[in-house]
Amino acid sequence: MTNMRSELKRLMHIVVCIKQVPDSAQIRVHPVTNTIMRQGVPTIINPYDLFALEEALKVRDYHGGEVTVLTMGPPMAEDALRKALTYGADRAVLLTDRHFAGSDTLATSFALSQAIAQIGKSFGTPDIVFTGKQTIDGDTAQVGPGIAKRLNLVQLTYVAKIASIDFSARKITVERRSEGGTQVLESKLPCLITMLEGTAAIRRGSLEDALRAARSEIVKWNAAEAGIEDMTKCGLRGSPTVVKRVFAPTPRAEKAAQIDTTEKTVRDVADELVTSIFTHQPALEHELSSSRSA
Amino acid sequence: MGTQKSKASPPAGGRADTKQKLPERFRDYRHVWVFLELERGQVHPVSFELLGEGRRLADQLGVQLAGVILGPPGDSTQHAVSEAFAYDADLVYLVEKPLLTDYRNEPFTKALTDLVNNYKPEILLLGATTLGRDLAGSVATTLLTGLTADCTGLDVDADGSLAATRPTFGGSLLCTIYTLNCRPQMATVRPRVMRMPQRSNKPIGRVIRHDLRMLEDEIVTKVVDFLSDGQSENANLAYADVVVAGGLGLGAVENLQLLKNLAQTIGGDYGCSRPLVQKGWLAADRQIGQTGKTIRPRLYIAAGISGAVQHRVGVEGADLIVAINTDPNAPIFDFANVGVVADAISFLPALTDVFIKRLAPRNPMRLLN
Repeated sequence: MTNMRSELKRLMHIVVCIKQVPDSAQIRVHPVTNTIMRQGVPTIINPYDLFALEEALKVRDYHGGEVTVLTMGPPMAEDALRKALTYGADRAVLLTDRHFAGSDTLATSFALSQAIAQIGKSFGTPDIVFTGKQTIDGDTAQVGPGIAKRLNLVQLTYVAKIASIDFSARKITVERRSEGGTQVLESKLPCLITMLEGTAAIRRGSLEDALRAARSEIVKWNAAEAGIEDMTKCGLRGSPTVVKRVFAPTPRAEKAAQIDTTEKTVRDVADELVTSIFTHQPALEHELSSSRSA
Repeated sequence: MGTQKSKASPPAGGRADTKQKLPERFRDYRHVWVFLELERGQVHPVSFELLGEGRRLADQLGVQLAGVILGPPGDSTQHAVSEAFAYDADLVYLVEKPLLTDYRNEPFTKALTDLVNNYKPEILLLGATTLGRDLAGSVATTLLTGLTADCTGLDVDADGSLAATRPTFGGSLLCTIYTLNCRPQMATVRPRVMRMPQRSNKPIGRVIRHDLRMLEDEIVTKVVDFLSDGQSENANLAYADVVVAGGLGLGAVENLQLLKNLAQTIGGDYGCSRPLVQKGWLAADRQIGQTGKTIRPRLYIAAGISGAVQHRVGVEGADLIVAINTDPNAPIFDFANVGVVADAISFLPALTDVFIKRLAPRNPMRLLN
């Protein structure tokens, strides 16, 4: 049963979880020590999260309400939040505390879910929590489901499209990407949505939003301020997984056999390559021929 | 032939530098489980790949391999049970309920969590598909245990812990991750990362049925429709026998046609490296690499792709890798089998022409003469 007393008047509140990540195109590995050279690597909002933010802003623009962006990270993650405000988010919350260092996906989803509960108490209970499909630095796609489970929200992952929201009836219909097709799911608010990439063009923020973003006060919470009492659930201590080794892939013993191209026409080189392919894979010539004639 | 998997040397014990022992309450967690993904009547091939991997881990540990099947009563679920044994499971845990017909997070999470709490496996493997990732995250959070996503290598170390290796930092390095003090140790693996094992005619063995105490009314989410990809052109890239892919070396979006022409000529599928998806030249489901699709074709031709580690881990299961790149020092030549230093834009049409000529159906009249 929905709570008629408050639902009719209340505006929609949407929380978007974002992450500041190193721009992976610029990451370099030290050739000798095989460690990541972080210095000078610019950071960006995780590109997948932009689609979540865009969808949240679209829903807000249509139904009315507010969008709060949330990130957990070092103090410099404030930059990512300010950037999100320039797109038009209404409020930004930075969750930052040394106790969060070394969090794996379970500890991260714990901290974020606590912060979302605190956002609910401070600024209104969220109706939808959005995350990106995954991050480009971790690529796990687990934090979204982790938050949903901890907050007991309906979990809608890989959403390609929000078909409709009936806010007063607390109903939502989405298209969810699955193996071999798209599921059309009818569900209820509150829910957590992980948004697929490429679902919308990312808006350009207005000048007004840019000015507002520059002036905005970012809400900054440490663990205690986010309502976290049990520090053993945070950071390294709260992470069941342990990274034991980081290493570079073993190079292959031999390099590719190069087809000599000197003083040959492109056609001759191509001919030589095809011969080489069929020498390596004799069965392939016959199979490709029969698939061609078929 | 085949390329080497970038695999770690045998891992030292995960507990080597810790004095902690596995907490008492987890000591009776034993055996290796593989979740068989049954969607719309079909078992996803990644489930068989995982049974192959699970068999190896179970043998190393000296324990049993179990398949876990959640589905509606009926033939397709029964078929999945027999396939689990055909791919060498020792036993199957089965939950059969009409409300498990279509995948939904709520009933599947409850069914799998209940099974784990009742029968206590030490290792639980799932495919890193949209279904597997949706389910694994919920189950691991409910059980408060560790989950390592998108592993490219699984091993058992000297202490009997699961050593799960996966790419990290956008795929430039690999790392080995342990779940030392919780059970089960959970991991997901993407389709095609592991080799497809041999199927046998092993008969159906021990099946343990478990009830799911849940009513349809308790489930918030309803599946109201399913729009199948059907014969959509991009359905089978991961399982194609021949794949050609392009990278930034293609220069311009129009040149994708050169790639498609070659793919069509040799009856293969086509894909691309990550930058082309980021540029919007091709859809994300064409991306090959760690964050895209992993492929294991018999022939892979990479045109104008430099070969970053994140791409490499997605293709090194190919039997034969051919690389075309203008830069003789491109990393792709470090793991390709055959290389050509050439401009993909001029080379691809020539290669297509040669294939057309060489693969022309034999003219039976000519044989008579």
